Amino acid sequence: MNDFLAARSQMALSLGFHIIYSCIGMVMPVFMAISHYKWIKTNDHVYKNITQAWSKGVAIFFATGAVSGTMLSFELGLLWPKFMEHAGPIFGMPFSFEGVAFFIEAIALGFFLYGWNRLNKWFHWVTGIVVGVSGVISGILVVSANSWMNSPAGFDYVNGQYINIDPLKAMFNEAWFSEALHMTIAAFAATGFAVAGIHALMILLKRNVNFHTKAFKIAIVFGAVAAILQPLSGDISAKGAARRQPAKSAAMEANYHTVPYSPLLIGGIPDTLNKKVDYGIEIPGLLSFLVYDDFKTPVTGLDKIPQQYQPNVPVTHYAFQLMVAIGMFLLLIALIYFFALWKKKEWLTKDWFFKLFVIATPLGFIAVEAGWTVTEVGRQPWIIQGVMLTSQAVTPMPGIQYSFYLFTFVYFTLSVAVVFLLSRQIKMVPELYDR
Amino acid sequence: MLYVVIGFLFFAIVLYFLLGGADFGAGIIELFTSDDNKSRTRHTSYQAIGPIWEANHMWLIIAIVILFVGFPVIYSEICTYLHIPLLIMLMGVTARGTAFSFRNYDAVKDDKMQNLYNHIFVYSSFITPLFLGITAGSVISRQVDPAADSFLTAFVFSWLNWFSVAVGFFTVALCGFLAAIYLIGEAKEQFDVKRFTKKAVIMNAAAVGFGGLVFLAAEVENVHLAHWIFGNPVSLTAVIAASVSLVLLWYLLSKGKTKVIRILAGFQVTMILVSVGYRHFPNVMMVKGGNNLSLLTNHAPAATINDLGWALLVGSLFILPALGYLYYSFQKKKEA
Ligand code: HDD
Ligand code: HEM
Ligand code: HEM
Repeated sequence: MNDFLAARSQMALSLGFHIIYSCIGMVMPVFMAISHYKWIKTNDHVYKNITQAWSKGVAIFFATGAVSGTMLSFELGLLWPKFMEHAGPIFGMPFSFEGVAFFIEAIALGFFLYGWNRLNKWFHWVTGIVVGVSGVISGILVVSANSWMNSPAGFDYVNGQYINIDPLKAMFNEAWFSEALHMTIAAFAATGFAVAGIHALMILLKRNVNFHTKAFKIAIVFGAVAAILQPLSGDISAKGAARRQPAKSAAMEANYHTVPYSPLLIGGIPDTLNKKVDYGIEIPGLLSFLVYDDFKTPVTGLDKIPQQYQPNVPVTHYAFQLMVAIGMFLLLIALIYFFALWKKKEWLTKDWFFKLFVIATPLGFIAVEAGWTVTEVGRQPWIIQGVMLTSQAVTPMPGIQYSFYLFTFVYFTLSVAVVFLLSRQIKMVPELYDR
Repeated sequence: MLYVVIGFLFFAIVLYFLLGGADFGAGIIELFTSDDNKSRTRHTSYQAIGPIWEANHMWLIIAIVILFVGFPVIYSEICTYLHIPLLIMLMGVTARGTAFSFRNYDAVKDDKMQNLYNHIFVYSSFITPLFLGITAGSVISRQVDPAADSFLTAFVFSWLNWFSVAVGFFTVALCGFLAAIYLIGEAKEQFDVKRFTKKAVIMNAAAVGFGGLVFLAAEVENVHLAHWIFGNPVSLTAVIAASVSLVLLWYLLSKGKTKVIRILAGFQVTMILVSVGYRHFPNVMMVKGGNNLSLLTNHAPAATINDLGWALLVGSLFILPALGYLYYSFQKKKEA
């Protein structure tokens, strides 16, 4: 494995790991706040138990999210020093605000976790809300830094120099809104379905049905609403990507040829040598329609993009297909859920109904990883779209593959540890929270 | 605005050293506690650092963000040449942070797992400040060599030298000292007060010993440390103030004033940082060949520094009161 590949893999691994914890860190406080609110209002102890059970899980996730985030803020420099040297002052603003938001989050978390029976109950509740709000704000800020890499703004690039820097313009670049929106919704969808799925499994196993049903209801409402909004926001993202990053967009669709009535491709295996796709289903004109709102305008294909500036087509394409497929599936179960609430109350206790959610447990997070693969791999070979190549940014230090192996080992161990701790947590629910 | 940003950078580093350092120190103290008393130490330190644990470590993030937004060249040079110690330090941060919260939030408290978490926690509490100190020492050691042509000279001897390593151990001793002093004030029983006092004495002696070694190593490695510290009135005053406060600290401790001595310990460490930092400011990174990196010339463009300064000023309006209230309310609750 060469150093460049190792650096890319290490970055991808670290971000792919961090994103799971940060999604949970953004969304779980919101769930806890709701259950906490219900407890204060109804005095039903089950809600207090849910809040406390969740908060123990969240403390584990939060610590893991915080350390992996700390790693990331160093890794940007350890792996991509040349990128940070130029990009730091331009896209750094969101990171400085993010630092503030994290800080507030960490303070509020201190109050929240240690405040049971010590603080005024409403003050305690508000600290939980603050954790959630600052988590979401941090997510939005960091994504706006990433969107700058996709759609650079706020500087002029003249003769290899970065001049006229305007950090605020860089922060509010063209892509930030669509990316931040899509990411925030994704965090709610992924976490909502994951939490709902675990509680659905417990209901199926007939363990503490009362506790798990109440928890399930809180999580699924958010998951389902987010799943319905997700394709809409994805459409905005896709339109933006097509305009700003035609190479990424063409790779997502494995669209090799620029033709009028551009077809939308579903599935298929890209054949990179012969520049065609085998076994896909093509719907003529639909791609043109999705991008330009009319069926005729040709959508830029890979034939218009020099070979050396093309991303890896199969990876981008499969990742995109996977994300969209999961998006559609989650949309479907979200609709079933609301339909059941509205017309078919009896479904809400059926085994097949809960099985559906158990199947969906990991899907949201798989879609999150796939989506980031689309964004990041689709941007290659650029680290800053159209300005700096990833290969120009990498550290001169040799031997990065060993660092990559080390990170792989550490993240693997941490993942095992977190799963282990979580399963112990769930196993203890009857003992701790049943009377 | 540049000075505001530099001020915040220094402030963040000092606070990280004091708060994060005391936090590492709690683990170091635990490491050097006999098995019989380990769980007592653990209990006291959990009571002391539990709620503020996350917040203490945010100062590191703040310092790093200021560095890469405001002084990107310095950040990227440090990250390039000191890749290896930073990596080890990061592994320490990770192991420590996760072990600390796993041991508190594991739903089943069985000895086997608790033992494992404890081991990871204490050893990483030692490794992390050691390599943090090594990194800091290397930054001013003049051993970073941009003209190096072999892996060893560029990426290993930049930090594996007597001076950096001595600074590393000095840092560990200071962290242990800070924690011991802090824990004296937290201990409820006379038995523990005695134990922590003993630890403080040992750590104090270790700090003095390693401090001496730092000076020796500085001579060996050709770092003008003595000159920086004794060669100008400000640094000299800071060193004298640090020494006086140390004497005062031991005096007050003998009088049973277990809380005020914290301020003195913090003051003392701050003075050490001031005395070293003052003389070679604005050069934060001393490089072989004399091409030192100065904060005053290697900063981001004015627009960035301006926005960053405002973000920090406005941000601290939110953070500092909230943080103060966090410390205050848990202090009050503990006493009640
Ligand atoms: C629960 C997760 C999830 C689901 C169900 C979807 N997405 Fe997504 N998608 C993400 C999670 C995600 C993500 C991980 O959050 C990404 C990566 C970067 C970003 O901002 O969001 C993303 C990126 C992303 C991009 C790339 C944007 C860019 O690089 O500029 C596009 C075009 C879409 N999505 C489109 C869709 C469509 C049309 C979906 C239809 C259902 C969809 N996504 C479902
Ligand atoms: C958390 C979600 C994210 C995931 C899962 C993710 C995933 C990835 C992947 C798969 C790569 C490797 C691409 C390749 O080399 O082919 C990568 C690279 C990279 N990402 Fe991301 N990314 C995420 C968010 C971000 C954010 C928010 C930033 C910056 C602020 C960022 C900065 C980078 C950088 C600097 C690289 C290395 C250069 C490159 O390969 O382009 N990423 N990421
Ligand atoms: C899309 C990508 C990302 C999202 C959505 C995201 C979001 C978050 C969130 C919500 C947290 C709070 C931790 C928790 O609650 O578990 C967090 C932690 C953190 N993140 Fe990320 N992050 C992303 C990528 C990054 C990148 C690229 C960096 C660094 C350059 C980074 C640095 C950090 C740091 C330092 C922390 C720790 C803060 C603490 O101690 O509380 N994150 N992230």
